[in-house]
Amino acid sequence: MIVELGAFALILSLLLSVAQTGLSAVGGARRSPVLAGAGRGAALATFLALLVSFAALIYAFVTSDFSVANVAANSHTDKPMLYKVAGAWGSHEGSMLLWCLVLTGYGAAMAFFGDSLPPRLRAYAIAVQGALGVLFLAYTVFASNPLARLLDAPIEGRSLNPLLQDPALAFHPPFLYAGYVGFSVVYSLSLAALIEGRIDAAWARWVRPWTLAAWSLLTVGITLGAFWAYYELGWGGWWFWDPVENASFMPWLIGAALLHSAIVTERRGALPGWTAFLALAAYTFSMLGAFLVRSGVLTSVHAFAVDPTRGVLLLIMMGVAAGAGFLLFGIRAPSLNRGGQFRPISRESAIVLNNILLSTATAVVLLGTLYPLIREAMDGEAVSVGAPFFNLTFTPLMILAFAVLPAGPLLAWKRGDAKGVARKLWIVLALAALLGLIAYAVVQPRKALASGGLVVGFWLIGGALLEMGERLKLFRASVAESLRRARGLPRGAWGTTLAHAGLGVFVLGASFETAWRVEAAQALSLNGSQPLGAYTVTLTDVVTVEGPNFLAERGIVTVTNKVGAEVCRAAPERRFYPTGAQTTSEVAICAKGLDDIYVVMGERRAGEGGKPAWLVRAYVNPWVRLIFLGPLLMAIGGIVSLSDRRVRLGVGRRTGEATS
Amino acid sequence: MRRVRALLIAAAAVALTAGASDPSERLPDQAQEARARTLFKEVRCLVCQNESIDDSEAQLAGDLRRIVREQVKAGRSDAQIRDFLVERYGEFVLLKPRFSGGNAVLWLAPVGVLLVGGVLMAGLLRRRETPEPALSQDEEERVRRLLEGD
Repeated sequence: MIVELGAFALILSLLLSVAQTGLSAVGGARRSPVLAGAGRGAALATFLALLVSFAALIYAFVTSDFSVANVAANSHTDKPMLYKVAGAWGSHEGSMLLWCLVLTGYGAAMAFFGDSLPPRLRAYAIAVQGALGVLFLAYTVFASNPLARLLDAPIEGRSLNPLLQDPALAFHPPFLYAGYVGFSVVYSLSLAALIEGRIDAAWARWVRPWTLAAWSLLTVGITLGAFWAYYELGWGGWWFWDPVENASFMPWLIGAALLHSAIVTERRGALPGWTAFLALAAYTFSMLGAFLVRSGVLTSVHAFAVDPTRGVLLLIMMGVAAGAGFLLFGIRAPSLNRGGQFRPISRESAIVLNNILLSTATAVVLLGTLYPLIREAMDGEAVSVGAPFFNLTFTPLMILAFAVLPAGPLLAWKRGDAKGVARKLWIVLALAALLGLIAYAVVQPRKALASGGLVVGFWLIGGALLEMGERLKLFRASVAESLRRARGLPRGAWGTTLAHAGLGVFVLGASFETAWRVEAAQALSLNGSQPLGAYTVTLTDVVTVEGPNFLAERGIVTVTNKVGAEVCRAAPERRFYPTGAQTTSEVAICAKGLDDIYVVMGERRAGEGGKPAWLVRAYVNPWVRLIFLGPLLMAIGGIVSLSDRRVRLGVGRRTGEATS
Repeated sequence: MRRVRALLIAAAAVALTAGASDPSERLPDQAQEARARTLFKEVRCLVCQNESIDDSEAQLAGDLRRIVREQVKAGRSDAQIRDFLVERYGEFVLLKPRFSGGNAVLWLAPVGVLLVGGVLMAGLLRRRETPEPALSQDEEERVRRLLEGD
């Protein structure tokens, strides 16, 4: 009954979003507050109806109602509760419903919180958001209904892939989708402004907080995914340039570009067309990501061809939404105001450079991801584009961007003073280079390239700190004066510093971990040991354990240091899930400050003298925590900026700012 | 029950091997082993989803590692080994497409996009060299009123 109610609510939400689109569009065109108000009401109702529908799906999963096809295919009575709930968005159908829920949630947020938006812009934006809702809801209702019943309900479900039964992955999709779909708001705002034919600073002031929110959530989502890969896949890799990862990374890159160009449009009225373009592109890349991941086109072109219905539908939806956006952009762009002027050396120029590099990087990722499909379509040749390609093309672009990054926030708007900035920054550069040299001399084995990576990381962190120091007049004014300035500083400034420093933290971690990880792997019998860098790894015991829905062989591994003192006791497992006849390995990680000691239990094999032995792999991953801490700082930076009162209230600058 | 469980675990053990770090596969010469490991990162495990043979635990990846290690041991150069793999398995086996024939687009595109961006930026800046238009009388009046009203 509850499932039927959910299915009904799903269809109702589709009808309501049609009403939302129509009422808001007419309300905007006729400047009718009544119709626009009705449109807002419909937006809220759409979201509430979907909430009911989503709750019904979760209910079906929690109660293991296997008469629902989606539950039967993705759940199991033995599954722990968290993964039953998470199973609701683990499948294609469920994830599309989550997408719709988030999409209409943002629509409702615009209806509820958007009071300071110009009424007409708001009505149009809610209409566009409603139209997006119609597209995706129609797809969910007609082609991918998560609440469809089975005629013959099976007694037991087919369970969720055990690799996906993990806390980080349970929360990964909601964050990812909140980020992905968050860009729908800037898409709607952009399209609404293009319909009105007016893109100005006030509009950018509205675009920026939504971009910040979407981008920060996406950052958290991607980081959770990387963290999951790191500890679940069993060899310590955290980024593979897999098409699925690229699909989420492209909107992130464009979102980062948009964040910056929106600042230029907001503060200086410059680049309005470009900012609108990026706003359209960000959501287009989100939809492209959904298409790439959900159509199966990337796993294999042939898998796509076997059941192309959904893929083709997703492609059409993407084509309609993106096509409408860019078509209108093409019509309106020539008539857009060009905005303020600036010199080659200015903060605007620095941000334009940032945008060029980020856009090029996005283009590289896009081309690399789609290239195998393109070649296959062109001459039938099967080629692979993997990590080595992206490392060689993407990384130099980022290094270029990082090289100029610290100068950006120090430059004045409109006309910057290159010499003055150089005078301030040389000390940071000298310090970063010194630290890099020390790393080169001290850390064994010597690696020049990785030491260079450290210089870049320190340069970014130092640059961010210096900029904050400049704003506070640290060491130049009295402590009381610096404190007073710290209090008066807008939150956005703190956010910038946090995000830029977070990027540096990530670069440090990535350079260090990639270059200097230590690996050891040997078949150990009981009480056998192997050296691991400065540590010794001993297999003290192996026990069999029974989990809720798996059986496992658990190794007790003791890690000792040079003097023989115990550093940590790890308990890696090798799990067997009978339901899907699948084996996974449960890594054990001991955190030592910023480093991880990472232990993996391998298969049993015959050791010396016929005694059983187990393959024990162990790694020291130095500074690996920074890889996840950095992006987290960036996301926190975004949230801090979001709490800036200028952004919250949508008002102009009021507080006295020192350097901008 | 206990026997069933032992059997299940034994079955599980067969399903996976340990990737490139498996000690039973290693070459005795450390420099050669290091070279092989670097090459592994460029070679695709053909049956996996976007995994290099360095990471993969699949049987086929193990076979490919053995082939690469044998060739390294026999003293063949990296280029020779790549050619050998391509001849045997096609371009698909390389995770880093070679700069040749149809792949030129892929390698040149990043530079091309960057150039286009640079040209656009130069155009933007040149256009900005023109002085800002002076305020009209009406605007001057509004500015004066705003400033005085503040």
